[in-house]
Amino acid sequence: MLIFRHEDGGKIASPEQMQIWMKQTMDWIGGIAAQNKFTVGNGLPFDDSRVVWHNNVVTNGPFGDIKETIGGYIIVKAESVEEAVEFAKGCPVLQGDGNSVEVRKIARGDGTH
Amino acid sequence: METQQLIPHLFRTEYRKITAVLCKLFGIEHIEIAEDIASETFLAAVETWSYKGLPPNPTAWLYAVAKNKAKNHLTHYSIFNDKVAGRISEDDSLISEIEIDWSEHHITDSQLQMLFAICHPVISPESQIGLALRILCGFGIDEIADAFLTNKDLINKRLFRAKEKLRLEKVPIEFPGATEIDNRLQNVATTLYLLFNEGYYSESKDAVVRKDLCLEAMRLTYLLIENEQTNQPSINALMALMCFYSSRFEARKNENGEMILYHEQDENLWNAELISRGMHFLSNAATGDQISKYHIEASIAYWHTIKADTPEKWERILQLFNQLLYMEYSPIAALNRTYALSKVHGKAAAIEEAEKLDLKDNRFYFALLGELYKDIDNFKSKMNFHRALALAKTQTDRQTIQKQIDKL
Repeated sequence: MLIFRHEDGGKIASPEQMQIWMKQTMDWIGGIAAQNKFTVGNGLPFDDSRVVWHNNVVTNGPFGDIKETIGGYIIVKAESVEEAVEFAKGCPVLQGDGNSVEVRKIARGDGTH
Repeated sequence: METQQLIPHLFRTEYRKITAVLCKLFGIEHIEIAEDIASETFLAAVETWSYKGLPPNPTAWLYAVAKNKAKNHLTHYSIFNDKVAGRISEDDSLISEIEIDWSEHHITDSQLQMLFAICHPVISPESQIGLALRILCGFGIDEIADAFLTNKDLINKRLFRAKEKLRLEKVPIEFPGATEIDNRLQNVATTLYLLFNEGYYSESKDAVVRKDLCLEAMRLTYLLIENEQTNQPSINALMALMCFYSSRFEARKNENGEMILYHEQDENLWNAELISRGMHFLSNAATGDQISKYHIEASIAYWHTIKADTPEKWERILQLFNQLLYMEYSPIAALNRTYALSKVHGKAAAIEEAEKLDLKDNRFYFALLGELYKDIDNFKSKMNFHRALALAKTQTDRQTIQKQIDKL
């Protein structure tokens, strides 16, 4: 799983710029899908989000002290973590200073991983 | 029309109707009897008409003869049953009074219900297409074998096994229930889509057969659109894509059967009427909240009906291919996406993406690389076209690729 961490793009960029990033992201995922390595993915919009805390305290916004939070994810079929890292390197999110893509394995759910 | 021309014509249009109606009457377990009676009816027409001349209403004549043959069959069947079972048939009166409904409405329903029966998931997609061609399109075994580039024996065996399977599973000839229709309709759509592709991409030399396959796929899809229950957005999208693709049918091959690449096609040969019908079905498809792969493919095909190479066109095509690949991977979509990418982001970027596609046994893959390297590195371009040539399957394929090499 490739998890994108970045700021809320809508706050720092124009709609035109957002559209360009969108297209770049679509092309990037399209390139992975063209290799038959794409499984599923979702963007996670920042507006109208909530954080549920201990004791059921609910606050606006998913952000604690950090600016960059999860903006989306995709799940790919990679032979190795290195291959997934190569995919991640092409992610348009990385154009932003301080943004990152986190590469994680998905547990198989068979009790042993 | 003379008898010699009329009979093949009627065979084309009426054989499938007679078979579908009789099959509906007898049940799927007697599918072969329905086919036999339909064939015998035409045999009788050939004998009688050439001797006595044409009857006033040839179609009604065929239906009447088919009905009598069906009645005779049921009588024989009941006599046999009586003797074997040693009981008096209670069905005698039923048989003598049997009425067969040849109304247009019943014929259409029977054909649609047969389509659902044939596209039952218990039989393989290949068998589904084969049976659809035989039962619903009235194709001969020769023609089916030609379409699948295989021999008659294999097709006979395949159809026989498929019919056995339908018999064993007691697949009913009826519309699926309201809750099941969506699922089953997807299966029907897949079969019609494959049937169309079989015609459009077929390597069979016989152009008439290829075109007929496409037309039959469109006719059956249209039956679905005319029926209220099955007139769904994805079916309209499927119809739209068939219209757009077939609009270029005449422009895709030259008189020697050689493939003409898209950007070299004479757009005057594109069929404007089919394009406008495609747009009609595509706009009908734009209802509901589900996007099928047919919607996306139809949209891609729509953009291809615009010949001008605008940046907008290729940007839209690229995004549509991206979307198609998210939904469902296919090598051909991956290759086409890479071609669109070259139009949007240039050849160098496309080469980089192409090298990542693991399609080293696909001739189109090397043909694409050949195309992309053209004018960038003509040596590499030639090398890739040669690899494509080595993988080519047919003579026309080889000629098409050889032409590209000669141009370099």
